[in-house]
Amino acid sequence: MSTVASAQAQAAQAGRNGTGERAQSGDEPKRGGPAAPAATADAADAATAAATVAPAPLAPRARLWPALAAVYRAQLSRARVARIPLLFVATFQSLGIMVLMRGVVDGGAESRAVVAGSAVLVVAFVALNLLAQYFGRLRAGGGLDHYATLPVPAAAVVLGAAGAYASFTVPGVLVTAVAGGVLYQLPLSGLWVLVAVVPLAGAALAGLGAALGLLAPKPEIATLCGQLGMSAALLLGVLPGGHLPQPVGLLRDLLPSTYGVEALARGFQTRPDWGHAALDLGVCAAVGVVSLALATWAYRRAAVR
Amino acid sequence: MGTGTRQQTAESVRTPTRAAVRIAGLVKTYPASGRRRHGPGLNLLRGAPRTTDVPGAAGVRACDGVTLDVREGEIFGLLGPNGAGKSTVVRQLTGLMRPDSGTVEVLGHDLVRHPERAARILAYLGQESAALDELTVALAAETTGRLRGLDASAARRERDDVLDELGLTALAGRPLRKLSGGQRRLACVASALVGERPLLVLDEPTTGMDPVARRAVWSALERRRAERGATVVLVTHNVMEAETVLDRVAVLDRGRVIACDTPGGLKAMVGGDVRLDLVWRDRAPLDVPQVAALAAHATVSGRRWTLRLAPEEARAAVDAVTAGRAFAALDDFSLATPSLEDVYLALGGSGEGLVKV
Repeated sequence: MSTVASAQAQAAQAGRNGTGERAQSGDEPKRGGPAAPAATADAADAATAAATVAPAPLAPRARLWPALAAVYRAQLSRARVARIPLLFVATFQSLGIMVLMRGVVDGGAESRAVVAGSAVLVVAFVALNLLAQYFGRLRAGGGLDHYATLPVPAAAVVLGAAGAYASFTVPGVLVTAVAGGVLYQLPLSGLWVLVAVVPLAGAALAGLGAALGLLAPKPEIATLCGQLGMSAALLLGVLPGGHLPQPVGLLRDLLPSTYGVEALARGFQTRPDWGHAALDLGVCAAVGVVSLALATWAYRRAAVR
Repeated sequence: MGTGTRQQTAESVRTPTRAAVRIAGLVKTYPASGRRRHGPGLNLLRGAPRTTDVPGAAGVRACDGVTLDVREGEIFGLLGPNGAGKSTVVRQLTGLMRPDSGTVEVLGHDLVRHPERAARILAYLGQESAALDELTVALAAETTGRLRGLDASAARRERDDVLDELGLTALAGRPLRKLSGGQRRLACVASALVGERPLLVLDEPTTGMDPVARRAVWSALERRRAERGATVVLVTHNVMEAETVLDRVAVLDRGRVIACDTPGGLKAMVGGDVRLDLVWRDRAPLDVPQVAALAAHATVSGRRWTLRLAPEEARAAVDAVTAGRAFAALDDFSLATPSLEDVYLALGGSGEGLVKV
């Protein structure tokens, strides 16, 4: 034992001082040749220990974009299995809200706020609420281990999932916005702004959803946070900001979905103010970058314990 | 490890070949309080020793000084019941969990210092399939291959090969969560095998599988060892799997390696004893003196008695129970050479939770 132990210690030391450092610096040596012939068992053991110092070559890492595309594609395919909650529930909910509010609001800014808020609510439901639940479940169920033992950048997993969840919202947002425009007799010519609203509000809300799911200590808390976030988007999104008390108005300003709602509401104006819409979308984009970075950090934290 | 004799046994199997895995002095303690961040359920760590070094903060020591060497090209098993610490060892081996102390070296890479290298040198099959459940079998395998660094065409090619190898081609288009437990497990094994790695770490790969699927997995592992020199570390609590597939076995109990040898070598540790199982129709005829004498040595489980006896004692016991009133009360009996379960019991393991078929 002593021979083996000492040989192992030497090998480990050599690994730390020698080839191990080379591998660390990216200059990965090829696997060593056959162990030197040994006349005695002790010599053979020493040769074994020595042989272990030449680290085996490491397989390449998965590159960011191909890995992101693979995660995105895999996540997108989940719509086949989970299409009811992913594609329909949020849309029905938003359509219901618009029908209910039809008799309450008089048109003008209020109508635009209701329709835009209902459309962005679809994004909040799927990208914030369902993604928080998904990552919460994945973390609690050990599903993150699968990704954590693959040489894939953390950002690819988070962005791929967030992108897919944002994509799930596209049909629902379109249906809600068009149905709302017709129901409230709003001009639909500015609806092209959805091309920017969905990805940017989707990025901001999906980043927050992913971060909530990954940081929550229990999946139930992730679900609760997701639901609360969606409720906030619902309550603060469908009412025009000017009608809210100041503290609630401040809360509304802190919610990233608000800026998506504002941009889309401007799109429903007869003469849209695209400059302000661009500013709103800029805020969405900035929050998206920050929240996705937070989610990536949360993923790394959750993946290795 | 345990006694000096067992230590010697474990050392005796070290031979002069390159080590694929070297684990030394691995210690991992889970905090006892609910403040623990996500990890394997502590309730599973049945019987694991509690640490008492920090007053008021006793934890559960899931891994208590584990030392192992696995040679290149070896199919090496970690055997033990639920809660023995097997999964904790492999989670540290795969870089998913940091040990409190100890070293983990895989093919020359220090994975305690560089856990991120694990994903580039080994493939891991965990016990959970949550990440893949909503994907089809084909997409689960292909995506895993892509995330293991394969380009699109290589991932598709390997996906097709592995699905064919494991007999999953007919199920390729079905989502995992709509499959039976065994089929789902097989699909997860397929994902683990896409994208070549020199070390495969598989945590209970054949759980829930039928014999055909189990043999397909064993053949696939054997093929990778024979053709590519792959090393396999396989966690199991299935005694039959351990005896059939593994080159060497480390027996774990309560976070410790209590023995490490070939299945044959381990069985030799319990000497020439044989196991006699007696199943009584209703209850044992204890008024028969020979049966009453056996009762003192039997492990009783309902109508079943299990006895570990020297061969000549076993012969005498069989003679006694296959005659007269004892035979009339006997429903079934079997006589078998020692299994790894007997080894486990002889080494002081509890034996509960080991699967025999």
